[in-house]
Amino acid sequence: MSMSFFIHLFSAHKRFTELLTKDEKDLPNNRVPMERILTLPELKSNPFRKRICNVFSTSEYKDGGLTFEDFLDLLSAFSDSATLEIKSHYAFRIFDFDDDGTLDCGDLEKLVNCLTGETDDTRLTPEEMRQLINNILEESDIDKDGTVNLSEFQHVISRSPDFVSSFKIVL
Amino acid sequence: MARNVAFDLNHPHMEAGLESPIDEEGVHDSFSQLIAEQSQNGGASDSDAFELQELQRQLDEEERDNVAFLSGPGREFQGRRQRDAEWEDADTQAVPLIGERWSSATLKILSSMPSRTIGRNRGAIISQYYNRTMQLRRRRQSRPAIRDFSHSARPSIRGYGIETDSADAEVSKRDRLVNNLQNLSVSDRIRMLRAMPLNVSEKSELRSLALQKEKHTLSRRIPCCSQLKYYIINGARQGWYSWLSFLHSLHLWQVPLKRVSGRFGSGVLSYFLFLKTLLFFNVFLFLVTGAFMVLPQELHPPEPSAGRPSFTGLELLTGAGYFSDTVMYYGYYCNYTLRKSCRDDGGVHNVSLSNGTMPDCVSKHLSYNMPLAYFFTIGVSSFLTCIILVYSMSKSFGQSFRIDKSHSILAIKTFCSWDFKVIKKSSVKLMSENICTQFKELLAEVSHKQVKNTRCQRLWRLMVHGLAWAICVASTTACVLAIFYCSSYMHKNLQFFLRSGVPVTNPQLNEASLLALPVLVSLINLLLPGLFNLAAWMEDYESPSVRTYVSIGRNLMLKVSVLGVLCYHWLGRVAADPTTIGLKCWETFVGQELYRFLLMDFIFTILDTLFGEFLWRLFSEKVLKRRRKPVFDIARNVLELIYGQTLAWLGVLFTPVLPAVQILKLLLLFYIKMSSVMMNCQAPRKPYRVSQMTTVFITLLCFPSFLGASVCVTYTMWSITPSSSCGPFRELKTMFQAGKRWVEELEKDNPNLSVLARAHSYLVENPFFLFVGAGIFLIVIYFHSQVVDGQRKIIGLLQEQIENEGDDKKFLITRLQTIHEQKRTPARRLASQNSNC
Repeated sequence: MSMSFFIHLFSAHKRFTELLTKDEKDLPNNRVPMERILTLPELKSNPFRKRICNVFSTSEYKDGGLTFEDFLDLLSAFSDSATLEIKSHYAFRIFDFDDDGTLDCGDLEKLVNCLTGETDDTRLTPEEMRQLINNILEESDIDKDGTVNLSEFQHVISRSPDFVSSFKIVL
Repeated sequence: MARNVAFDLNHPHMEAGLESPIDEEGVHDSFSQLIAEQSQNGGASDSDAFELQELQRQLDEEERDNVAFLSGPGREFQGRRQRDAEWEDADTQAVPLIGERWSSATLKILSSMPSRTIGRNRGAIISQYYNRTMQLRRRRQSRPAIRDFSHSARPSIRGYGIETDSADAEVSKRDRLVNNLQNLSVSDRIRMLRAMPLNVSEKSELRSLALQKEKHTLSRRIPCCSQLKYYIINGARQGWYSWLSFLHSLHLWQVPLKRVSGRFGSGVLSYFLFLKTLLFFNVFLFLVTGAFMVLPQELHPPEPSAGRPSFTGLELLTGAGYFSDTVMYYGYYCNYTLRKSCRDDGGVHNVSLSNGTMPDCVSKHLSYNMPLAYFFTIGVSSFLTCIILVYSMSKSFGQSFRIDKSHSILAIKTFCSWDFKVIKKSSVKLMSENICTQFKELLAEVSHKQVKNTRCQRLWRLMVHGLAWAICVASTTACVLAIFYCSSYMHKNLQFFLRSGVPVTNPQLNEASLLALPVLVSLINLLLPGLFNLAAWMEDYESPSVRTYVSIGRNLMLKVSVLGVLCYHWLGRVAADPTTIGLKCWETFVGQELYRFLLMDFIFTILDTLFGEFLWRLFSEKVLKRRRKPVFDIARNVLELIYGQTLAWLGVLFTPVLPAVQILKLLLLFYIKMSSVMMNCQAPRKPYRVSQMTTVFITLLCFPSFLGASVCVTYTMWSITPSSSCGPFRELKTMFQAGKRWVEELEKDNPNLSVLARAHSYLVENPFFLFVGAGIFLIVIYFHSQVVDGQRKIIGLLQEQIENEGDDKKFLITRLQTIHEQKRTPARRLASQNSNC
């Protein structure tokens, strides 16, 4: 195991234990609730923060709480050493708001709204939204079933060389 | 009874059995037969639930065959139950397959399709990677020789070796995946494991299982010598990884870089990363020249010449005066072999010339041939820098080049434009605004693409472009001529003073007047890009990237012509007859000039940061009352860095300590630019393609910058006569002769090495070799471009094929739906009849 791996592991553990309360620190394998994870500065202003927590969470109640292992999964997927396949896989799951395995019109609309922000003056008009979604589906839906599945998504991603460097979170 | 149809397409028999679907009726008939069979089985019941249950059970069994159930009731099973619950009320939702209402059965089938479960089903991921490792194994195995087969062997030898795997049907997919992983080579296995999107715990389990069996087989099968080789290779690889991780963990500037990326995103970060790259180049260069040139000479200094001027503050700016006769410049270096003193008086006086050595001292002490060291250090460091540059350029190009011309700008922008590194809330808001603006612009462009410009408009646009280019070219030419005349005026001035014999009244003023040319050049470099920006402002471009490239092109043209005229002045005028301006050592003079240029460039960059960014921000906030801060112009700043680096590379021959000056300059520049950006600037509003721009900048660093510098240095070493009274190459006709003489001496001592000498003269001095090398290079490029063209065609064909598959899928789903509807309506009719009776 390389030294930088240990350095990253220790800094991740340090940041994670800062989120625990004093009593929780002694419990093994405890799960930090989503609200506290979202106080991390790296996630606080990210419009996809809730989706990120839900995707990496292994909790049975689907509440988005993360154990330390889930937190490590999150960091490794967003790190420098994750391959394009892993990043595109997790990006797909983050953008799939209804968790049905494809990106349909509802998912795409929510995605564009997250990208352009919550305020009214940065939202697209419904007309523009409809045109945008039609164009996206036309460009990326190869088998013409009205949704973008994982392979089609990965095909679009592979054409953008900037994706790997922008899908990165550094602690 | 319904059969279990296993769609394992990798099964070898399946490949053999695929028929061409020319006979359309045949294909359709077989499916309708299957559907008819199923409807017969469920025909007795009057509710559709029974068939659906049977269908679902078949699907469950099918999935259980292809999918591994990991420890306990896995996530996917629970997930499916939850999905079932969701679909009870999914009947009313319109599924956008082709926009019709589907029954819940069809919806269940749609959601269980492999293309939709691959994203979230752990078993599906394992199954997918099992297939991939199988393909990789097939590709990697070497084909056995034909003579190993008997004459009656089957013609197909594909899959040979893989069939020896245990074909036990009960072995789960996961175990088969582990088996495949074990049979791959180490690097392939590591690559496959890294690419799997699974949990950390599952991946470590797979890895340990794969390594476990390997340890047993390794000790059994591999003989001792290969085992030793394996250990050596493994040890070397571990050593290399730990060295790399040590370098990475030095964390140079990690915190400031994270702050910059958190606020400004990847574009501005790429400027600072480029600065870091240049710093490493200079550190490498300085270590090499320091170890082989500066240090030996400093330890054995030559006798100090008389009349050394005292230190005044002006030396730091001009590099002359006190610094002239120091290890900083070429003139200080000796042209003999350095030997340690034989006398024991502790004196550091240096001794002998290479011809007259004291015989009793030679064997005891080390000698160091200074001219040869100088020559080879410059040559080898240039060669290594060239290799590193070409390697990083090709790597960057490989990362950013995409084969098919993408027409999917909107999809790429939607999926890839969010920069997760940005943390600050105001920057996130700004990024959202930028994305919204870009979407609106792109949508407007896409919808108005049909508008064609009239001939009049096109002519007007061409005229405007022509005018802008004329302004740029004219201003560049004017500045270049100004530099030319200014330098020739100063040259003539110096000649005049020397000839007229007027005593020097104020040497310091004379020294300071040497700063005039650097100040002029830096001023031109500062002001002219602003003029280019103004000219570009009135032009209208099709896309922002074209605008960026035109701006980079104009700046490049300016800098290349400025450097060209300066090189002509130094090498063509000063070096040609240095005695007419009273120079005993023209190389030292040129080295000092380069030092001055580098320093002036640094001072003017600081001034530009101060005035351009800080004061402009104050001005625009207080006077113009605008809320927007000035934008950080990434391209222009990177070109400044490249210009500075070109000067450093030009100057290494004349000033071996110049890389150290450049290191100091880059360090200070980093902190100054960092604080200025944080205080005064905002991120660029236009979309900035990081990978492409980084590739362009590395290419610019390699081609005009490094190539130009090395051409100048090579020309100097090849054709120009060195000074006869200073430097390591005095009394030689050209600097290159130092290497040649050494080879001749070697040949004299040892006639066996004449082969080497002849090879040297053929390869290095003969230009034919260069032509052959360039020709081979061009042929390789041609082949690669043909391969890329072929791959583009294949991509087009595959896309057509996928569209056809999509049509098949739609056909099947609608057929399924109609069959179920047909089954439902007669049953309902029956039920209503029963109820009526």
